[in-house]
Amino acid sequence: MEKIKSIEELRKLREHARKSLQVRSGEAKVKIMVSMGTVGIAAGARDVLMAIISELEKRQFHDAQIVERGSLGLDNEEPVVAVERDNKTVFYGKVTAEMAREIVAQHVINGQIVSEWVIAKG
Amino acid sequence: MKIYRIHALICAGAQCIAAGGNGFEEALKNELKKHNIEEEVSVVETGCMGACQLGPLLVVYPEGIMYTNVEAKDAKEIVEEHFLKGRPVKRLMWKKEGEEEFPELKDIPFFAKQTKIVLRNCGLINPEDINEYIARDGYKALAKAVAEMEPKDVIDVVKESGLRGRGGAGFPTGLKWSFAANQDSEEKYIICNADEGDPGAYMDRSILEGDPHSVIEGMMITGYAIGSSVGYIYVRAEYPLAVRRLKMAIKQAKQAGLLGKNIFGTNFSFDMVLMMGAGAFVCGEETALINSIEGKRGEPRKKPPFPAISGLFGKPTIINNVETLANLPVIVDKGAKFFKQFGTEKSPGTKVFALAGNVNISGLVEVPMGTSLRKIVFDIGGGIPEGHTFKGALTGGPSGGVIPMEFIDTPVDYESLPDLGTIMGSGGLIIMDERSCMVDVAKFFLKFTVDESCGKCVPCREGTRQMLKILERITLGRGREEDIDRLEKMGELIKLTALCGLGQTAPNPVLSTLKYFKEEYLAHIIDKKCPAGVCQFSALKEGRKKHEAKIAH
Ligand SMILES: Cc1cc2nc3c(=O)[nH]c(=O)nc-3n(C[C@H](O)[C@H](O)[C@H](O)COP(=O)(O)O)c2cc1C
Ligand code: SF4
Ligand code: FES
Repeated sequence: MEKIKSIEELRKLREHARKSLQVRSGEAKVKIMVSMGTVGIAAGARDVLMAIISELEKRQFHDAQIVERGSLGLDNEEPVVAVERDNKTVFYGKVTAEMAREIVAQHVINGQIVSEWVIAKG
Repeated sequence: MKIYRIHALICAGAQCIAAGGNGFEEALKNELKKHNIEEEVSVVETGCMGACQLGPLLVVYPEGIMYTNVEAKDAKEIVEEHFLKGRPVKRLMWKKEGEEEFPELKDIPFFAKQTKIVLRNCGLINPEDINEYIARDGYKALAKAVAEMEPKDVIDVVKESGLRGRGGAGFPTGLKWSFAANQDSEEKYIICNADEGDPGAYMDRSILEGDPHSVIEGMMITGYAIGSSVGYIYVRAEYPLAVRRLKMAIKQAKQAGLLGKNIFGTNFSFDMVLMMGAGAFVCGEETALINSIEGKRGEPRKKPPFPAISGLFGKPTIINNVETLANLPVIVDKGAKFFKQFGTEKSPGTKVFALAGNVNISGLVEVPMGTSLRKIVFDIGGGIPEGHTFKGALTGGPSGGVIPMEFIDTPVDYESLPDLGTIMGSGGLIIMDERSCMVDVAKFFLKFTVDESCGKCVPCREGTRQMLKILERITLGRGREEDIDRLEKMGELIKLTALCGLGQTAPNPVLSTLKYFKEEYLAHIIDKKCPAGVCQFSALKEGRKKHEAKIAH
């Protein structure tokens, strides 16, 4: 660990360290739900989940909660991903790992819904 | 920085580990590996989460779901159902009176009704990772103090906050500091009193295990305020986990440049020495503790001079309790006004209690000063076990006394408890129902002080022993009516003449139970009966048997 030599350095370290504890606050700007029922998993939900985490990590976006759900009731659209942001929930269907990365970049981080993949809104 | 979608916090406080917490953690890690989700779940060991009785405990975030009494065999279900499918395992969740589960940690009254200042990080962070402490505003107050405040300003904030020593006596912390600060001396010392000797108390241990940096930061703030650059932590030798975590915390703070020379680029330097306690209760008394650090016998010294004037190695010394110190970063960071919102006018802030005895949920609780005993026992502790009734609560351990049912609504603070004949003490809180015999309880604590008396002065050495003899006699059914009067007279005399706090407070449990439960003493003495059914008058019965046997022959 580098030595902390000023209040400013401590502040920077604190801001950085805070991000890794964000999950424990139970609050986040965005909630991402991945349907992980039997059908979802068979359709590749795991890869989608991994892609989401890796994209969030790449972009160092910590203000998102990732929640696994049982089937969301849209079996023929699996893998299904739902994004809850700005009080709106948007469902994406037949999501691939590539699409998942795009959804993170556009919708999760920037609030731009990727309309062409949307199957439902709540 | 890695992102984990789940944080699984496992309580690694001493109580949960004793209840088998370690086996669960291993099983959980194996399951994570088996399902190949090790990279998605961060497993964190924390300090005491508070509900020790229901441990081992696991809290899963982001949902904030608490699992109680987890065992190794539960790990599979938790991983497969909750972590993989998002379906919390209801059978392991905290239940409302045995039926419905509480959805989240914040809905459970045991937690919702507490106010956490001292325990702000306990059970929430990994005590072995300084970054987690820093994330929760750690060392921010120290930075503020050394870089932006004069030592006098720091003392003023603490004075203004009204903080009183949590080690038992409740002396105003800021005032004590000013005595030492006013001494013109090149060398001054800070001592953290972590000797915690009250039977049943584990507040300080839990703070040290769960958030060691908060105590270190508190000591450094104290050091800056009074002009000292060396701190001793005198820690009970029976606390190996606390010692390990303290050592680790000191090492990490040094590596981060937060402890050592020229902290935050200022002239302030501070060094820390860890000392193991000598294992005697009296060594927690400040002057005995100083003797012990100096390598002498752990016997109290005459006061004055007070340690703030002439303490360790004859230099001005400030001794503060662990919990007192853990309050300081919050006071300096957020200000006196913030702190004073909690508690009462004369006893601001919170107090941590080790709730034990005949109560449904025993564990560690932190409440604003002035909270009623009823709220602590019934709202937070979940009441008395079914079919039984509250009889009294013992505060202050071997130096304290009982609060009977009629005073259950008394605010628990430094002013109200002495009015009832007890003291706040360091935070031991033992709840008793009708199954406890008050004479037996008094005997238990007096036996403790007799065993722990250092023997230096006569009233304590001889007086307490004689009182104990009387109590033993009473509990064997051989008491005499004049014993009550003798106990009261001797008790008052010892209180006035003993040299140190141990002897001065030793009669308290006896005097206090006599005050509220005299009829119970009389039942033992006159009716030869223990109403609670605790005392076995076997000696008496044997005597009678012999007598009957004789007659039969
Ligand atoms: C017999 C005896 C034992 C004590 N044990 C402790 C102890 O274990 N921890 C503690 O902080 N104070 C203990 N004290 C109180 C200390 O003497 C001292 O008042 C206290 O450490 C001051 O810190 P504070 O002002 O922060 O409370 C004990 C006192 C007596 C008389
Ligand atoms: S009161 Fe008891 S413990 Fe204190 S100095 Fe006297 S003998 Fe020792
Ligand atoms: S030690 Fe685990 S809750 Fe107290």
